[in-house]
Amino acid sequence: MINSEQKLNPKLFDKDIERVSMRAGFGEGLIKAAERDKRVVGLCADLAESVQMQAFKEKFPDRFIEVGVAEQNLVTVASGMAAMGKIPFVGSYAVFSPGRNWEQIRTTICYNNVPVKIIGSHAGLNVGADGGSHQALEDIALMRVLPRMVVISPCDAIQAKKAIMAMAKTDSPTYIRLAREKSAVITTEETPFEIGKAQIVYKSNGKLDVGIIATGAMLYRALFVAKRLEEEGKKVAVMNLSTIKPLDEDAVIKLAHEAGALVTIEEHQIAGGMGSAVAECLAKHFPVPIEFIGVNDLFGQSGTPKELFENYNMGEKDVYEAVKRVILRK
Amino acid sequence: MTTLTEEKIKFLEQKAAEIRRAVVEMLIKAKSGHLAGSLDMADIFTYLYFYALKHNPKKPNWEYRDRLVLSNGHICPALYATMAHAGYFPLETLKTLRKFGSPLQGHPHRDFLPVLETSSGPLGSGLSQTVGMALADRIDNGKSSGKQFYCLMSDGELDCGNSWEGAMLAGKEKLQNLTVIVDRNNIQISGFTEDIMPLNPLVDKWRAWNWHVQEIDGHNFTDIDRAVSEARSVSDKPSVIIAYTIPSKGIPEFERKWQWHGKVPMAEKEIEAARKAVGII
Repeated sequence: MINSEQKLNPKLFDKDIERVSMRAGFGEGLIKAAERDKRVVGLCADLAESVQMQAFKEKFPDRFIEVGVAEQNLVTVASGMAAMGKIPFVGSYAVFSPGRNWEQIRTTICYNNVPVKIIGSHAGLNVGADGGSHQALEDIALMRVLPRMVVISPCDAIQAKKAIMAMAKTDSPTYIRLAREKSAVITTEETPFEIGKAQIVYKSNGKLDVGIIATGAMLYRALFVAKRLEEEGKKVAVMNLSTIKPLDEDAVIKLAHEAGALVTIEEHQIAGGMGSAVAECLAKHFPVPIEFIGVNDLFGQSGTPKELFENYNMGEKDVYEAVKRVILRK
Repeated sequence: MTTLTEEKIKFLEQKAAEIRRAVVEMLIKAKSGHLAGSLDMADIFTYLYFYALKHNPKKPNWEYRDRLVLSNGHICPALYATMAHAGYFPLETLKTLRKFGSPLQGHPHRDFLPVLETSSGPLGSGLSQTVGMALADRIDNGKSSGKQFYCLMSDGELDCGNSWEGAMLAGKEKLQNLTVIVDRNNIQISGFTEDIMPLNPLVDKWRAWNWHVQEIDGHNFTDIDRAVSEARSVSDKPSVIIAYTIPSKGIPEFERKWQWHGKVPMAEKEIEAARKAVGII
């Protein structure tokens, strides 16, 4: 059942659940962060409207820098601003930033240890019609391998807003990945959020058969699978792993102890993603069988999100079957 | 116009000679590194740290200091030697270049030497970082902060797209307190710049991005001072000074040879020639 402590959306399983894009949550959070702290500045690479920095640009024109289609410049200019005491938020699509400018992020942000906040929008297959070139499926791997980098993948627009406001208060280089499409609003303003803390959002009473760990909008799918499994008599818990790095190791190990088998689900390559981070942790501390749901060494393509998720074996049915498989491996 | 007196020029020439000696000793001891650029920029480093920069080695974090970013981090032996001579850290430290645990990493790293403005090494990103610094300062202080932002670059790193992305933005933003000095030594690691990737007409390229452009002899202190002073007086655009330098300046046997870009004297004969030329023996 839904963990009431998380104060999730009461209409969670309703057909008419509100859908808002994470980008919108980012735009709102950025303005709030900027109102609270004048060190917050925004930089964009010709995508202000698309990544929803337009409102910030209009409200704080003196604190907004447009660099044009130049993602390497985007992060290196931000690095210089951060060295002067600013907290720059840089917005682009994840395939370009951190896709195109990885070395600049490594050297001028992480190696330099300055608090630049990187917004990677249009992450995952949900980008849909634009096709594989624009569907970032590698960004978690690229960012979590960098020393000092914090990696956040919120589950909805409200959590994206909270994450942005929390990011503005830290001195760490931080990456946040956002989805393009509108996604179900899973949390509420009252849902707790803290960088580095995983949340158990669903938990059956009694001894668990399986745990599902989800990140990003895939949490919504995980919840539906959990509900179905529970209705069939299985005991299941669902974790929202919204901070991928630093990993909430205690929470992951605890869930592995309690469930004895896990399924991870993310809109990313299986290699190097959230599931890999979970596996690295558990291989050392408490190995349990894991099934990984994600893109398996392929590029995306054009299609509706639904078509794509089914094609890449990431639909509700696939998660359900992965759960069955992993339970048999216990 | 120059305010440099003859006495001051003599002082700078002596300092530059000391710094060249230090660079040669450091690299011989380290047994690896980049000789040519470190020697050819010694005069400009000396001029900046001993004459032009508003800075205080005893208070390296002084908020109102000018900022100097070394984009081509591989010539850090010259930066380290100049900063040590200016009083940022003991001269003794220079002996530890490239050794385990040394503040003087093979390429500059602020974790190990916090008095640096940036860590650097990978080419092409220093200009953009300096542009970011100047932009941040303008947000806080408008056009009258009094700080000057200097970026030292190599000509080879103008092959990098990131360099020109930074140049475009600085031109767009009319960053009048930004001065770039390009070490136009005409060499890069595997040959002459015009063979590897031609940069000429280099002046036209910078002008096209709306920069104020000057060309100087990078070993002539009067020239350097005139250009830096003029750059500071330009009020509506960023400035670039293309400084023509002689790679490995100071060691006639090595001068103008691109092969000395990324290596150091190793053979006994080479070590002797280098030491003799800069006046160590």
